[in-house]
Amino acid sequence: MSVQEVLPLGGVVTGQSGQFRADHVLVAEMVKPGSKVLDVGCGEGDLLQLLETRGIDGRGIELSREGVNRCVAKGLAVVQGDADTDLVNYPDDAFDYVILSQTLQATRQPKVVLENLLRIGRRAIVSFPNFGFWKMRLQLLVGGHMPRTENLPASWYDTANIHFCTIKDFVELCDAIDVKMERAEALDLYGRPLRLRMPWWVWNLFGEQGVFLLTRGGRK
Amino acid sequence: MVGVKSIPSPAISADERSHEVDHPSSEVTHFGNEQPLRLDCGVDLSPFQIAYKTYGVLNAARSNAVLICHALTGDQHVANVHPVTAKPGWWETLVGPGRPLDPQHYFIICSNVIGGCMGSTGPASINPATGKVWGLDFPVITIPDMVRAQAMLIDRLGIDTLFAVVGGSMGGMQVLQWTAAYPSRVFSALAIACSTRHSAQNIAFHELGRQAVMADPDWHSGGYADHGLHPHRGLAVARMAAHITYLSDAALHRKFGRRMQDRELPTFSFDADFQVESYLRYQGSSFVERFDANSYLYLTRAMDYFDIAGDHGGVLAKAFAGIETRFCVVSFTSDWLFPTSESRALVHALNASSARVSFAEIETDRGHDAFLLDVPEFFDISRAFLQSAGKARGLTSKDD
Repeated sequence: MSVQEVLPLGGVVTGQSGQFRADHVLVAEMVKPGSKVLDVGCGEGDLLQLLETRGIDGRGIELSREGVNRCVAKGLAVVQGDADTDLVNYPDDAFDYVILSQTLQATRQPKVVLENLLRIGRRAIVSFPNFGFWKMRLQLLVGGHMPRTENLPASWYDTANIHFCTIKDFVELCDAIDVKMERAEALDLYGRPLRLRMPWWVWNLFGEQGVFLLTRGGRK
Repeated sequence: MVGVKSIPSPAISADERSHEVDHPSSEVTHFGNEQPLRLDCGVDLSPFQIAYKTYGVLNAARSNAVLICHALTGDQHVANVHPVTAKPGWWETLVGPGRPLDPQHYFIICSNVIGGCMGSTGPASINPATGKVWGLDFPVITIPDMVRAQAMLIDRLGIDTLFAVVGGSMGGMQVLQWTAAYPSRVFSALAIACSTRHSAQNIAFHELGRQAVMADPDWHSGGYADHGLHPHRGLAVARMAAHITYLSDAALHRKFGRRMQDRELPTFSFDADFQVESYLRYQGSSFVERFDANSYLYLTRAMDYFDIAGDHGGVLAKAFAGIETRFCVVSFTSDWLFPTSESRALVHALNASSARVSFAEIETDRGHDAFLLDVPEFFDISRAFLQSAGKARGLTSKDD
């Protein structure tokens, strides 16, 4: 899934090697240097390029042929594939981190995908647009129609995002499938982290998107 | 009387052809009785020779060597004028100054496969034991045999690790065999329009071609050389059938449609009224000028037998377990001979082995042959893959 198709994000910051999206910089900060990473739904490889500048061995899966070919033409190790169907081909513990950036809401089976992420990777980093964001709530409450925002402009009938959730929903899913949150961040409309430590309900209202560093729980 | 114009006889005599078989105009290296080639069929082939071409210079670290593996009817003349046909090299789109494989940066090697007919030992060569052409006495060879012979050549050239092994179609099969058999000797692998096993449909097409050769009375059960003959009609039919599989319905339609050849109306005969017929006949007749019929039988057989998973207990991923080679797999949307599904199966196996792999499917209507044609997206991907691998290998390139 091309990120650009799903979610045209603003919030570009200047990195050492050029312009990188703020949410990508945040994700990259969560990855330890020297580790092995799989980026599921890597779009045109911007995050993988950022990771590469930090000495991280990155691989990617991308649904769109154009995206894949652009990645490969950048010298990135990317294959054409679908998060819903192709993750099963990867062995357990193959990666230190598996990243799912702005793609969870576009998968057919988010729960299965999430389980696969934490089977293939020792850790997972998941980011998604928060449907509990106040602008979304307001549009549904006052406007009475499915929300559309600057970052999610598609109408309900032509959006690729078929499984929207709120930050609260996601936290509950993680708990249900025994996934532990090592770190959680909420980002504002411009992709900047809400730096203040606040209760979940505040993030769920004011976070435009959530970014989570996940690891396997210990209940089993 | 219905007019019939059969396929013309080749313009090149059998003598001219046999000269390249035993005395190639390219470099050639001989392996004596002390260095036999261990074949999968159980035979030790010796003595034998490998004909090859090189382009560029091997660097001091011996780290910039690239092996190109040719396809079924290719040969070592990748990027130079062909000694028999006088045509340009078969992969000058990819290999040459300013191309993704630039001899200025890489030491490029391409050898004629064992079983071929352009200077490496094959069924058209002289059997030293009898002083006569091998013919069907030549042992059946496999893709792993071809690769084993190439490894002996690489040893002799003083190269331990190849920077890249590159090939399409049967050449791609050799690339994959290289990575399965000698993973530590292959730094990067570019496998194009190929598969880890030959499909039933492809075996069927090969059988059709072989039967066409064998049905030619000039074949003489493979002993045509003793009669001073060559089954050029059968071989041309085999080539015509195969050539259709290298194209696509869309490409044939675009190129020829139902257009007539030098005429307005049908002649009500079996003459080549349609351009597509004339084209195929030309493909058939020009092919037999440069290729030996028995060699065609042996090489198609080698492809049929190819099945990497079969050699690893039926589990493809086992063939690549723990491999550190960097892979780039490329397929073409309209290739129905080696469709994308075959490449995808390979990629899944490589993923299961945690191999570093890039996989791109390129949109084109030009069928299997696309890998030999001018397809810019394919070159961009090949160039980027090789440059990225070159950086990891510590090769410096002017293009960087």
